[in-house]
Amino acid sequence: MNRKLLIPLAVFVVVFGFLLVGLTLNPREVPSPLVGKAAPAFRLARLHQPAEQLSPADLTGKVWLLNVWASWCVSCRVEHPLLVELAKSKVVPIVGLNYKDRREAGIEWLAQHGDPYDVSVVDADGRVGIDWGVYGVPETFIVDKQGVIRYKHIGPVDAAAVKNKILPLVRQLQAS
Amino acid sequence: MTRAARIARAIFVAAMVSFAASGVLAAEAVPTEQDRATNARAVALSEQLRCLVCQNQTIADSSADLAVDLRRQVREQIAAGRTDSEILAYMTERYSDFVLYRPPVKAQTILLWAGPLLLLAVAAIVVVRIVRDRRMTATPTLSDDEREHARRLLDDDGDQR
Repeated sequence: MNRKLLIPLAVFVVVFGFLLVGLTLNPREVPSPLVGKAAPAFRLARLHQPAEQLSPADLTGKVWLLNVWASWCVSCRVEHPLLVELAKSKVVPIVGLNYKDRREAGIEWLAQHGDPYDVSVVDADGRVGIDWGVYGVPETFIVDKQGVIRYKHIGPVDAAAVKNKILPLVRQLQAS
Repeated sequence: MTRAARIARAIFVAAMVSFAASGVLAAEAVPTEQDRATNARAVALSEQLRCLVCQNQTIADSSADLAVDLRRQVREQIAAGRTDSEILAYMTERYSDFVLYRPPVKAQTILLWAGPLLLLAVAAIVVVRIVRDRRMTATPTLSDDEREHARRLLDDDGDQR
């Protein structure tokens, strides 16, 4: 067989391979440059106790989750039961970042759907969200004992993500 | 005209005059030269930044909430005296290079930038080879004059030599 005929075939196979891999990638999931970096600082009022504030520095020494949520966010409802369940297991503290929401709406939403958060803080104008590179609510971050972001999950977490990624990483970070 | 009507007319006229006056007072502030420069910079920067919610739009084009917030950030940072490259760095620190419509040249993106040139080079090599092959295998053709000349030489039988 003429070897020259193999060249277009080889080109086709390579292009096909690239496109096939491309199909499995999610363009909405932009890898965060913040993974491996110190969690951006903030000092925000708590949702339920507006007079009190919380800062990531208060959580140094603990592995914790930051979950970005809002009462207007439809897909937050999808992941919410999982978070409530996770909170019940008391494996890891969850901090809620109530993103671009009204305080009353947020409180009511939690009363209605259950409150998995050890603390929720209010980011009414979304500035802290920008510092954390938030672009699609819900988002979930894992922060280690030294205050370094270790993982970011974009969009609603599902049971598989909790079981295969979040819990193992949390346990590993807690053990270290 | 009755008295009531006269009073009503007086009130109407007074109202119109005060409306007109307030219109004059509320004239728009004239933008200064600096405002225009700031505005131009803000627009230019916004056109280089991708909206991460609607990924095929710049934050200048998009009306997504996040785009509005990021435009505000750009303006605030211009007001705070940051340079364009500092503002772009601020965005990439948070949203990675993906936020830039014009990806930077680095090891990861070199194929993206050099790819078209590479393809052009490959195409040029292929074209050159095809042309050369064709020239080698082409059967030489003779013009009518040459043919005539050759025929005469052949018909001569070499007697003259």
